[in-house]
Amino acid sequence: MSKYTEDDLKKELETKEYEYGFYTDIESDTLPVGLNEEIIVAISKKKEEPEWMTDWRLDAFKKWNEMKEPEWANVNYEKPDLQKISYYSAPSNKPKYNSLDEVDPELLETFKKLGISVDEQKKLAGVAVDVVIDSVSVATSFKDTLKEKGIIFCSMNEAIKEHPELVKKYIGTVIPKTDNYYAALNSAVFSDGSFCYIPKGVKCPMELSTYFRINEAGTGQFERTLVVADKGSYVSYLEGCSAPSRDENQLHATVVELIALDDAEIKYSTVQNWYPGDNEGKGGVFNFVTKRGVCGNNAKISWTQVETGSAVTWKYPSCVLKGKNSIGEFYSIAVTNNFQQADTGTKMIHIGENTKSTIISKGISAGKSQNSYRGLVKINPKAKNSRNFSQCDSLLIGNACGAHTFPYIETKNKSAKIEHEATTSKIGEDQIFYCNQRGIDTEKAIALIVNGFSKEVLNKLPMEFAVEAQKLLEISLEGSVG
Amino acid sequence: MSQLKEKLLSSFIAFEEQKNVDSYVHGIRTRAIKKFEEEGFPTKRLENWKYTSLKKTLNYDYKLFPTTTEALEFKDIKDYLIDDIESYKIIFVDGKYCSHLSETTHDGMDICILSSSLSQSKYDLVIENYFDKIAKKDGITSLNTAFSSEGSYIHIPKNVQVDKPIQIVYFSTGKNESVLYQPRNLIVVDENSHVEIIERHQSLSSNSILVNSVSEIYCNQRSIVQHYKIQDDNRNASLIDNTFISQQRNSDYTLHTFSFGGELTRNNLSIFQNGERIESTIKGITIIGENQHVDHNTLIHHKEPNCNSYQDYKGIFGENSVGVFNGQVLVEKEAQKTNAFQANNNILISDKATINTKPQLEIFADDVKCSHGCTVGQLDKNALFYLRSRGIPEKEASALLMFGFANKVLSSVSIPEVKTRVNNIIAKKLGVKIGFDI
Repeated sequence: MSKYTEDDLKKELETKEYEYGFYTDIESDTLPVGLNEEIIVAISKKKEEPEWMTDWRLDAFKKWNEMKEPEWANVNYEKPDLQKISYYSAPSNKPKYNSLDEVDPELLETFKKLGISVDEQKKLAGVAVDVVIDSVSVATSFKDTLKEKGIIFCSMNEAIKEHPELVKKYIGTVIPKTDNYYAALNSAVFSDGSFCYIPKGVKCPMELSTYFRINEAGTGQFERTLVVADKGSYVSYLEGCSAPSRDENQLHATVVELIALDDAEIKYSTVQNWYPGDNEGKGGVFNFVTKRGVCGNNAKISWTQVETGSAVTWKYPSCVLKGKNSIGEFYSIAVTNNFQQADTGTKMIHIGENTKSTIISKGISAGKSQNSYRGLVKINPKAKNSRNFSQCDSLLIGNACGAHTFPYIETKNKSAKIEHEATTSKIGEDQIFYCNQRGIDTEKAIALIVNGFSKEVLNKLPMEFAVEAQKLLEISLEGSVG
Repeated sequence: MSQLKEKLLSSFIAFEEQKNVDSYVHGIRTRAIKKFEEEGFPTKRLENWKYTSLKKTLNYDYKLFPTTTEALEFKDIKDYLIDDIESYKIIFVDGKYCSHLSETTHDGMDICILSSSLSQSKYDLVIENYFDKIAKKDGITSLNTAFSSEGSYIHIPKNVQVDKPIQIVYFSTGKNESVLYQPRNLIVVDENSHVEIIERHQSLSSNSILVNSVSEIYCNQRSIVQHYKIQDDNRNASLIDNTFISQQRNSDYTLHTFSFGGELTRNNLSIFQNGERIESTIKGITIIGENQHVDHNTLIHHKEPNCNSYQDYKGIFGENSVGVFNGQVLVEKEAQKTNAFQANNNILISDKATINTKPQLEIFADDVKCSHGCTVGQLDKNALFYLRSRGIPEKEASALLMFGFANKVLSSVSIPEVKTRVNNIIAKKLGVKIGFDI
């Protein structure tokens, strides 16, 4: 066998096509392009929303109009024209399914291609899937099991109608409408999303998951997720993304709010695999995400993410550690290839006493991509005995890519302990030689090293998800992960 | 703030009229004042000034040129010099060169002042090759460039080992006025030469003093430069120190910054590595207390392969002091086999103290080893207990621990007298009377 070198890997990475690029032809009901008050009212009307929600959206739109698109991130891209996007697209005759048999077979085909078919998921791991295709929830499963426990897991639209008191109480409390440009835009036009409420003391018996896909060409996806874990409850929430191949850039501006009340725990895992554009940097999804969680006393929020897709990623899942003894965690793998750009990281805001946070971030850049970690650790004066540990490692494959670290550390308390470490390196020739020497060929050696490099984070993913995460890593770094 | 800007802009014309308008530097100054007019003083809106505000500092009614000067005797300044070693001295009092306190030379090398090198044609070549070539063109540096007329001028030719260290000290005596000083240093070290430089700014009055200093240092092939900055000024003096270093192949530059005094101290340090196999080492100790603010802003720009850089900054922050560390390491695509290390360790000893640190790595080359580490913590309670159980009072015990913490930076100081002096300042700063000599 000829020697498999890093150059070969690089070549393979360049030529590897996006496997999951396909387009499902489902009739859609799409609003005209453009953004103005009428469109927002129309979206609200289509959703049969109550008046307070329409007002909330209009208020967000007003504020958004006064805001400017942020430019501080370490990414370059052509700004999307927000007036050329259609802000609403839903599969036409919205069916309400009780079982899979009723689902459009074409839809089922979509899932099969992704290797995560609904029926497989249902049988396999007891995962309740709230399928979101182009913003509107078309299939919900395991609802009955959840109902017994008093868990509410439904689409945002449904929640607004059926549980307005909960939505009204929590929406926008973690991420205010004016938080940033894209959060404001999302607040104004969000199409749908998931809502989850875990009552007091309930441990959710299964992993909750939602799959988002961008399906209709030229439609932006504005999901909004709200997870509320009441006192002493536990939930593990999975989110996975994959988008069909499209030439024009698609915008994706999500807002995710997590609320962990006293003693509650939320585990939020994401696998992101939007279309990254071809190997000339054409097309691809713009992923501008705002994710934030608030912890009550003794609460814990844990973010785990595997980022392999999108042309431009701009994402900082954060924890506000408000309560005493609360814990925030962030585990991330970000893989960029070709012309992908990722500026991702986290914010840990320590407000309460004895709060702890851990940040583990692994960046792998190949091709001509740019990968940045940007994080903030802030210790407020009252956060006595707070503790933070951060580690950011970057791996470079080839000499045309870049890896950057921008950690911000602000401390205002003398009893705080903070450690931050960052390293940047490539796969060492000696490491590969060591493996070769022991009869492991170069391809496997690279796989072994990349796998070992990201293991700390992969280990944090729930069992059911680890398989898919591994699969996505394979697409991005085919030939190197075994 | 804008008041001061207006004042500076209007006084520039009068200032420039006294100078030779045909000179090479006139063009540079004119361009610089235009740049300053555009950019103005930095504000917190700039990413690099996020944690440091000049608002308060710029609010004083500064005189741009001191109106009174006082004659100083050697005994007045003795305490501020490292006086127990032989050294060349370039002493400035109120912005003017003070020849009777200084000890300069033109014997085989030039250790003298910028104003004379700007006015004599035999220095034209050096000025044209080096002056304002690496200084950044931002607002604050341009302001200095526009008013640059005095400072030290050091040119060490090829193959010279300078026999004794050079001390550059700027004194201000202004009795009844706040003054803004803008010294400008130009240091050129040619091939194979070696020089040690000690730099200090000292106010002798209780008025508000602002120093906006710019230094350009050129380390040519195989040269070795050891540079020490002792910042232990009065509590009402502020310093913005802009230092730019350009290094050529195989050169070795080491800087130690000791920041203990002053109200606001901002160190802008940029090192440009323009050749292979360069060593750059920058270290710092910061120990500050009430109403003090120290900001270290460093950039190491790796442009060529096989170079090393090493950064180690330690800080101890008491009372309501604010410490900032913003360290940037930039590795270009061509700079393969770079080794870059950056460490920033901090101890907070008061609940009102703040530390903001932002170590950045920006890497475009794959075959590199770059790492940074940064910590914030407190003194080890067990170690403190150990010392106290052996009869050492709490204050001395914690001073010993703090000294131990900072000592790693001191160990690489090559002039023993500088080490002793810094040790004494640290002891005074920590309020203990024990000697730390090892």
